[in-house]
Amino acid sequence: MKFQSVITSTGEWLRGEGPHHQIVVSSRVRLARNLRNRAFPGWAKKAERLAILDLIKPRVEELPEMQDSFSEVLQDLSAVEKQVLVERHLISREHAAKSIGSAVVMNRKQRQAFKLVDKVDSALESRLDIAYDAKLGYLTACPTNVGTGMRASAMLHLPGLVLSELINQVIQAVNKIGLAVRGLYGEGTEAMGNLFQISNQTTLGEKEDEIIARLSKVIETIIEKEHDARQVLIQKKPNTLWDQIGRAYGVLTYAHAMTSKEALNLLSIVKLGIDLGTFPEDKRLPIDELFIETQPAHLQKGTQQKLNAEERDHLRAEIIRERLKTFPKPDMSKVAREPTSGNSEPAKHE
Amino acid sequence: MLCDVCKCNDATVFLTQILDGKMQKVNLCEACSKEKGVQDPTGFALADLLLGIGAAEEIEKGAATTRCPVCGFTQADFKKTGRLGCSTCYAAFAEGLGSLLKAMHKGTEHVGKLPARAQRTLALNDRMKSLTENLRKAVESENYETAASLRDEIKQLETELTNPA
Repeated sequence: MKFQSVITSTGEWLRGEGPHHQIVVSSRVRLARNLRNRAFPGWAKKAERLAILDLIKPRVEELPEMQDSFSEVLQDLSAVEKQVLVERHLISREHAAKSIGSAVVMNRKQRQAFKLVDKVDSALESRLDIAYDAKLGYLTACPTNVGTGMRASAMLHLPGLVLSELINQVIQAVNKIGLAVRGLYGEGTEAMGNLFQISNQTTLGEKEDEIIARLSKVIETIIEKEHDARQVLIQKKPNTLWDQIGRAYGVLTYAHAMTSKEALNLLSIVKLGIDLGTFPEDKRLPIDELFIETQPAHLQKGTQQKLNAEERDHLRAEIIRERLKTFPKPDMSKVAREPTSGNSEPAKHE
Repeated sequence: MLCDVCKCNDATVFLTQILDGKMQKVNLCEACSKEKGVQDPTGFALADLLLGIGAAEEIEKGAATTRCPVCGFTQADFKKTGRLGCSTCYAAFAEGLGSLLKAMHKGTEHVGKLPARAQRTLALNDRMKSLTENLRKAVESENYETAASLRDEIKQLETELTNPA
């Protein structure tokens, strides 16, 4: 599998599976690890970063867990390709910017994220001298990661809480218990497309599974609140809800210029419409794919030519119009008024 | 109002974050906000920035001239970046980092995963403890034959501990 195939496949991003897939769009776990007595990435000079990359890359590639994966040296990728990786949440914006002497390794399927990453971590330990301290645990460049070095997060789609203006309450409550809420592309971003990332803020003084359990519990509660908010909207403010869904459908179907922000926000409402039953279930995939395909770098990559912002807005609207051609009109009569299907039994997510 | 980072230009960008019920504010000038990536929200983490500023003050409690013996990292570097230079920096700046980590995390000691190598050291240390204790008892009871063999075992263990596999 090479980079090109990642770009042409829609990937796992935004294609939720599992019991709460309507709301939990994706989940991820990362472990921060460094080498003992070598400069951390931000402080290492270019030559040292390259030397460390040469040391680490083959040892990661040889792992049996990584046989279904491939790696690319970031230096060899174009700016647009790197941006594509940012839009897929495979690397951070910071990672893309400081790309000399780093690589990205991609695994095709990552279910049970923590188990896999933990296994890979244990395997790497025997091949590399990892920076570890008996008291402080795994040592990282940023003191906010020291200890477990683990950041676990889930991306949640919460249009119900946003439409009923309860989202700020939820964010404040989550912040109070030491978890972080971020927008689609990290801290400071407004939540485009009603997508929110919830992650652990602290990494020291708690076991990995305790952190994950705490996070999971909060996420379960948020999912419940989102379901409740949707039911309240259906029962108390149906006109507002149908108006939103109808408008989103109308604009997406007929607009000729659309920014990525507007596209994400409207697609989010249509996605909500699918969850509620106003659009048939088989339209879920085409909408989920549009979330990612209409991002700036993905558009650029798709056309193979340089587009300015205006041209991108036209192209984006065109792609969306084309995709929505086969979409039936929203049918409000099909909405389930009792607790929605995904809510019937409390199930665990990974 | 002066910029919290460079402390020379007027602040024009004001950031507020509420975390764990505590409000934190940062004031930045145009240039610093650009440099820190504030205007490029996708790559920006307010926590990291706040950390950089608050952390530097904490760490200044340690000796200002401290320099990491391995990577040459200094307090000023930490103040600027909010990151450390290498794994030895944690020992070099331990004094200042202690209270910083306490404020930042749930606890002050790692209780999670142990690398296999650390597990081995831990096991060897435990064994060393019991051997030393047995040796003491053997000497006390004048059981010199046992004491001699225990001493040999301890020697063996010492070499194992100093030469990690």
